[in-house]
Amino acid sequence: MGEVKLMKGNDALAEAAIRCGCDAYFGYPITPQSEVIEYLSREATKRTGMVVLQAESEIGAINMIYGAAGCGKKAMTTSSSPGISLMQEGLSYMASAELPCVLANINRGGPGLGTIQPAQGDYFQSTKGGGHGDYHLLVLAPYNVQEMADFVKLGFELAFKYRTPVMILADGALGQMMEKVELFPQEPRVHIEYPWATTGKPKNGPRRVITSLHLEPEKMEEINIHLQQKYKKMEEEEVRFQTLNLDDAEYVFTAYGLVSRIALKAMDLGRQRGYKIGWIRPITLFPFPKKVFQEISTRVKGILDVEMNAGQMVEDVRLAIEGKTRVEFYGRMGGVVPTPDEILDAFERLFIKGD
Amino acid sequence: MAHENLDVIVEDIVKPENLVYRRPSTLIDVDMHYCPGCGHSTVHKIFMEVVEEMGIQHDIIGVAPVGCSVFAYSYMDVDMHQAPHGRACAVATGIKRVLPDKYVFTYQGDGDLAAIGTNESLHAANRGENILTIFINNAVYGMTSGQMAPTTIEGMITTTSPYGRDVKSMGYPLKFAELIAPLPGVAYVTRQSVHTVPNVRKTKKALQRALEYQRLKLGFCLVEIVTNCPSNWKMNPVESNKFVQNTLLQFYPLGDIKVPEVRV
Repeated sequence: MGEVKLMKGNDALAEAAIRCGCDAYFGYPITPQSEVIEYLSREATKRTGMVVLQAESEIGAINMIYGAAGCGKKAMTTSSSPGISLMQEGLSYMASAELPCVLANINRGGPGLGTIQPAQGDYFQSTKGGGHGDYHLLVLAPYNVQEMADFVKLGFELAFKYRTPVMILADGALGQMMEKVELFPQEPRVHIEYPWATTGKPKNGPRRVITSLHLEPEKMEEINIHLQQKYKKMEEEEVRFQTLNLDDAEYVFTAYGLVSRIALKAMDLGRQRGYKIGWIRPITLFPFPKKVFQEISTRVKGILDVEMNAGQMVEDVRLAIEGKTRVEFYGRMGGVVPTPDEILDAFERLFIKGD
Repeated sequence: MAHENLDVIVEDIVKPENLVYRRPSTLIDVDMHYCPGCGHSTVHKIFMEVVEEMGIQHDIIGVAPVGCSVFAYSYMDVDMHQAPHGRACAVATGIKRVLPDKYVFTYQGDGDLAAIGTNESLHAANRGENILTIFINNAVYGMTSGQMAPTTIEGMITTTSPYGRDVKSMGYPLKFAELIAPLPGVAYVTRQSVHTVPNVRKTKKALQRALEYQRLKLGFCLVEIVTNCPSNWKMNPVESNKFVQNTLLQFYPLGDIKVPEVRV
């Protein structure tokens, strides 16, 4: 068993960055995730020599990531909703130029400056591209502090495997709450020479150019086709989800991140009342776990999708279900966290009393 | 009779060992997209000469901007990274921080450096990032065909200041070099031009010095180069160089603005 600690989600994420041999962190403070840059400023450089720099803005930070990632380094940033909006330009460039990085969005309530309380209003932005052009981030949604740590390491593995930015989409509560976490051991920082990385023109080979600019439409279409093939491969190979009680389920609660835990409790309460409820937690939000929804679509009476937003993931659920069963939505917005009782009440109102 | 002799003489002279003027090996042998008479090609050539002469082709990484020089990587035979509009200094910061022993430069126009990218440029300078920023100031947006730049001088006609830049409503031309020179993180600031042969030589010397300062990790170096833009100024190259001499240089005087106290 690895080292077990009681840690805040943000601190666990920062500790994981150090331990997985991350080379550089560039970031800008914003509530509710400022602990990440504070933790790294205290710990990272003295322990592994990792570069930690407070940028002048989120725009600065993501472009520093763009530069460092272009050198083949493990580069990472974190922010929260308004700051993530500022990073969208850089992410679009990185997706197009096929550079790996990990970033975390500790989602707070919006739109606008919004609130600093937890929310899931950035699902569309995270999973559908976010910036300009046809691209996706690979999106991982942790639901506890353990995964806040583990997904940093997993995120880098996937980022380099697919040469793509990977987003950890959490929320303010996951960033702020303390839980037990088992930390993986320290891994060394290693320099790997990637053929695409700009580290100085090789003596026996052509120069490397990192760019997302291709004025010939045929060439740009070729790049797009390649990106889409990559996303297709992710859909085939990288889908992650968790299920419970699907075998006898007549109804299914689905939710991601923090809300999936609340929905889990609501499922338990519902089962105590005699409702046969199952539970699906998408872990990868892109690629979305379509198949598991397709599999249950013809044998359950209905699905209740619960989110801390106005209904975003529910669109992906409905696309997967293709009208084969009823899909209802319950959500709270603006930083309000739903309770298990509230979810169960909504379930009864929508599926039982209306039956 | 005379012609035959000439052929023999030419054959005799044109030999590799007699070459005194050539394309540096660090500059790729392709046609440039720059307009005839534009200063970019001259700056590309002398900068690549410096890279060749210093023997750092394998140890330098460049950041290309958005603007006319977005395709700088098509000509400079070094590893290059193309940045979003204005973000070159942030991208260069990321590169330099993870590869501190490599030479890193940005090549930016006036809009890129001093309008959309002012924040990134200013803070990279203020942090004293050990990078070289080559700042091409032609007082106009070239690639988007002639709009007003932050450096467009008072009264100058552009497509978005068709009656001349009215500083009362459009703001004043920005002297970015003078703006950052007082910052302690900034090591070297100079303003040069390439509109005459002596000026080309001085600019080359300035670029060389800036890279030497970077080697010594003295801080941020800015080499501003006031250039012409014949196409968007609606002038021929000769007229445009006269405009540089007689008008632009009156507002943007040439010379060193800040020099570190070391000899290189």
